[in-house]
Amino acid sequence: MASTPRAQAMTGAEAVRRSIEGGRTDWRSVAFQGFLVLLLVLTLAVLAWLLVVVFVNGVPVLAERGVDFLFSPLASRPAEAGVGQAIVGSLYLMLFVALISFPLGIGAAVYLEEYAHDSRFTRLINTIVRNLAGVPSIVYGLLGLAIFVVALADFTGGRSLLSGGLTMAILVLPIVIITSAEALRAVPGAIREAAFGVGATRWEVVRSHVLPYAAPGIFTGTILSMARAFGETAPLILVGAVVGGFNVEYDNILGTLQGRYTALPTTVYDWARKPPSFSGNVYAAIVVLIVVLLLVNALAIYLSNRFERRW
Amino acid sequence: MTATSDQPSARISIGDLRGSPARRRRELIVRMLFLAAASLSIVISFLIIVSLAGQAWTFISGVDLALIVERGWFPRRDLYSIQTIVAGTVTVATIGMLVAAPLGLGAAIYLSEYASSRVRRTIKPILEILAGIPSVVLGYFALQVISPTIVDPICPGATEGFNMAAAGIGVGILITPLIASVAEDAMYAVPRSLREASYGLGARKRTTSLKIVFPAAVSGIVAALILGFSRGIGETMVVSIAAGATGGSLFTVNPCEPGQTMTAAMTALATGSDQVRGATLAFPSLFFVGLVLFVFTLVLNLVADRFVRSFRIRY
Repeated sequence: MASTPRAQAMTGAEAVRRSIEGGRTDWRSVAFQGFLVLLLVLTLAVLAWLLVVVFVNGVPVLAERGVDFLFSPLASRPAEAGVGQAIVGSLYLMLFVALISFPLGIGAAVYLEEYAHDSRFTRLINTIVRNLAGVPSIVYGLLGLAIFVVALADFTGGRSLLSGGLTMAILVLPIVIITSAEALRAVPGAIREAAFGVGATRWEVVRSHVLPYAAPGIFTGTILSMARAFGETAPLILVGAVVGGFNVEYDNILGTLQGRYTALPTTVYDWARKPPSFSGNVYAAIVVLIVVLLLVNALAIYLSNRFERRW
Repeated sequence: MTATSDQPSARISIGDLRGSPARRRRELIVRMLFLAAASLSIVISFLIIVSLAGQAWTFISGVDLALIVERGWFPRRDLYSIQTIVAGTVTVATIGMLVAAPLGLGAAIYLSEYASSRVRRTIKPILEILAGIPSVVLGYFALQVISPTIVDPICPGATEGFNMAAAGIGVGILITPLIASVAEDAMYAVPRSLREASYGLGARKRTTSLKIVFPAAVSGIVAALILGFSRGIGETMVVSIAAGATGGSLFTVNPCEPGQTMTAAMTALATGSDQVRGATLAFPSLFFVGLVLFVFTLVLNLVADRFVRSFRIRY
């Protein structure tokens, strides 16, 4: 620290920086950082713009029609049409996804992480799972169309809820496998070694040690994959979710499973193609869709934070 | 401890260590069950390929090949020009990349190099929210908002708001979080020692980011871009809603015009807006287009996978 009055006005760190950088401001660095911030802000601004437009246009419709919108069936007049059937359909589809793809996906992940040796077969399955996760969702719709709607029509009832549910389960399966495998990999090896050390068999190790410790991560992954399936539209359109309107009452489980259905995202798609009189309905349905997704995501984050173990 | 046991009953054999047969049987059954679950993925892949290939072959063998290479996708008139819909797909995906690459990479560089951990903790969940927006929502937004607000001033004489530019921008918004997250992972994985060495030589943050970290992470960044492009090609709902051309379209790469992509063509065929009474080739053509799409995205994903693995191995 110099004793001249001018130097005393600067701190030591500033003095060092000044002497390194030569006293000129590096405007290129400032511009670069500013540019990056601008890009980031632009991305966030687009998201905010979208949410604002959706809510500004959708909430008044919801406020005006209230619960009636949530329970009304599809109809040809916008003032009567509601998302009741769509929500029920989506819930059924999620049930299918949960019942079919969760056990299969978690089981496959357990095999790949706990039982499999590093062989060509294991590497092949890993590659296949990763590639299946990247396949566009509409291709799963084609698969569902060819197999469930056409080939197995006697069993599924053609363009039915059963076909749709099975298609969505297959769609979600690779993601469940990948997220569960990641959760299992995060369990430290020491836990397994300790269990093996007291004489447990592999299944006993997995059941009593690995799975409980990996459960929060697996659970979060499955909830998030269900959220992703909730918003999927393309496969459902191909497999025959109703676009238009339908009014059927089913009196037994088999009838429901083999009967027509619709889902929330496909309803949004259908209404989006209709004349502008439906536009309020579209926005209201989008609000419902986004609110459900946000709630599910928030639930997943809350649960993962609550049950997270730090090693 | 010093006594040696030479009684036969005290010697342990492998049979003693094995445990009860019932326990071993249960182990085997459980193992087989899990193996079956894992093998299901192979079955699914096989089914995808078989179901697509079968119908695609029906289409190829049935269609007049001259009509494929002609331009114009009008299934009602038996005009199945693959190049039209591929051109539409590539146009939309390219516009999407023009939007998503700067936004995504910029966000990635900022989050990885410049942002404090508090900013990261706030911004990353917001990007996750953006990633979770369903594509139908983005499609409607593209049609109702992006088209009149952004595209209309740029494109002279736009038709009713349906155009590939709006769809492209919508697709770009959709794939931005994907590019941002893969690229950010790649840059975050670059070891600190490289950055520290650069700072130690007196480089600034900007130089370090652009000349050290970015090149070191380039394989991951390329993977991010390829994955984004692949996702953009496979995107269905945004283009179905916003790009128009449900009745068919001429060959065009002009983004200001409506256009048909592979995915939107498939949707139109499946919902019957392009189906003709008695036309037998509409249904198989759906699978043919699907097969082309599947092969495209598979190749892109495999290439991207190769890049990702190369950056993971190095560190």
